[in-house]
Amino acid sequence: MKTFYGTALSNPLMLGTAQYPSPAILERAFRESGAAVATVSLRREAGGGQTFWQMIRDLGVRILPNTAGCHNVKEAVTTAHMAREVFDTPWIKLELIGHTDSLQPDVFQLVEAARILSEDGFQVFPYTTDDLIVGERLLAAGCKVLMPWGAPIGSGRGLNNAYALRAMRAEFPDVPLVIDAGIGLPSHAAHAMELGYDAVLLNTAVARAGDPVQMARAMALAIEAGQLAYQADPIEARDMAEPSTPVIGKAFLS
Amino acid sequence: MTVWSVIGAGVAGLAVATELVARGARVQVFDPGGPPGPHGCSWWAGGMLAPWCEYENAEEPVLSLGQDAIDWWAERTEIHRRGTLVLANSRDLPDLRRFGRRTEGFSDIQQGEIHDLEPDLSAFRSGLFFTAEAHLDPRRALQDLYRHLQAKGVTFHRKLAPARLDNAIDCRGLHARDVLHDLRGVKGEMLVIRCKDVTLTRPVRLLHPRMPLYIVPRGDGVYMLGATMIETEDSNRITARSMLELLSAAYALNPAFGEAEVLEIGVDLRPAFPDNLPRIRQLGGTIYANGLYRHGYLLAPALARSVADLALENKRSELVDEDRS
Repeated sequence: MKTFYGTALSNPLMLGTAQYPSPAILERAFRESGAAVATVSLRREAGGGQTFWQMIRDLGVRILPNTAGCHNVKEAVTTAHMAREVFDTPWIKLELIGHTDSLQPDVFQLVEAARILSEDGFQVFPYTTDDLIVGERLLAAGCKVLMPWGAPIGSGRGLNNAYALRAMRAEFPDVPLVIDAGIGLPSHAAHAMELGYDAVLLNTAVARAGDPVQMARAMALAIEAGQLAYQADPIEARDMAEPSTPVIGKAFLS
Repeated sequence: MTVWSVIGAGVAGLAVATELVARGARVQVFDPGGPPGPHGCSWWAGGMLAPWCEYENAEEPVLSLGQDAIDWWAERTEIHRRGTLVLANSRDLPDLRRFGRRTEGFSDIQQGEIHDLEPDLSAFRSGLFFTAEAHLDPRRALQDLYRHLQAKGVTFHRKLAPARLDNAIDCRGLHARDVLHDLRGVKGEMLVIRCKDVTLTRPVRLLHPRMPLYIVPRGDGVYMLGATMIETEDSNRITARSMLELLSAAYALNPAFGEAEVLEIGVDLRPAFPDNLPRIRQLGGTIYANGLYRHGYLLAPALARSVADLALENKRSELVDEDRS
């Protein structure tokens, strides 16, 4: 089992902490899903989210602070340092937004910020695209985890390019890979795990569901199903039927 | 005869005092800030009486407890029963559908009907109209309660309440954190703008992926533009990002808002419990009523009734926190 900078996760679900109807519902979503990691944003809450941050600490799971809302290297590095102080963790989900409408990562600045932070002792979880070369550069910059998007943040569109994500899995067989962003349904999360991904990070799909607690549980079940399926070595798809009963005695059609 | 001491003259304290007086109790009020003003977070509220809209992202009590608020306020201040209009930019139409699925009490309306309701918003193609909702001017509402209570002989003490006080009802909002340790502050930012070029007659909500942005007409071309919800307890200033988002929402509703004058910037912290629902607790002989969150005017009447039920008749409503009393 792959680890995330030496930490093995009891559950491959990483859950965001934004946009829930209330902190009480957030807490129940974590409890019901067994999510092992909580991502938390610092940018907007800077300066005084103490009570809310304490609630996140009290969840008793690993905290993965993020740099959501940062648009350049300097902002991201400053936010990462603040996160390390506030949550006393070297983990940082590095998010560098390049495009306002799609929230697509700016991969050039991402690589640069990843290098700076890795050299400074951070353990970087970069939010990236499914581009293989960017993935290579991030690893060369010191990252030991990659987090490609499934689809734009909050879009709920699932895995937009399963072909590219499969290629990424094949290209980096030993690197822990997390699908980050774009998950809308449990089937999307199961799909990610069936491709051999090591974890799924999601937020909006749970927080903005009509019943976030039930959706969190649905996601956890789907992720477990997808992971079991991948480990069980699924059959290959075929073009023609493969009879599960013998055909002897039936007419042979030429 | 027992004298009840209400501590705090925000919307919670004034509503509690009003309800007690209406049931014949003798009341005095303590607030070092004096009459209603910018020192209390209810001064900065939107004043929407919108239980059906709020139910979209809140638990059921907000809907059931909020529905009587409109009539409660109508007896005590001027309210406007003109409904709420919920709109989305065409790229956010899935959010409009989701909003409709999560709540009730509205009709789907199209461009022509939007035009009939609010001619200055006729660029929008579809929306939801919550017919039974209402709005009020929160500052006027606070002042009306204050004057009514004075007329009924309630004494307002412009000072902190004495430490040992019998029959005390603590409505201090976030200041009560010294006792209510699970209370937190949720930052809200708002603007008051004036724009004579745009006429809106009812609250309009513009759906936005991250926050419910709304504009509430205050009459005479003045509008309240709110409100951010940020999990931080730093209430000093509005951020540039929040200001941009609020003004962009107004601009998206009608570009003529681009010429509006910015009259006021408001920043404060809403007192909230972990489930964002209000609570009443009895601790050491004092009744604590708190946690109105973003529902000050919507839920203060229900909170006040529950406090009066508890104080005068020893009846415990669903808002009374059984575990801690």
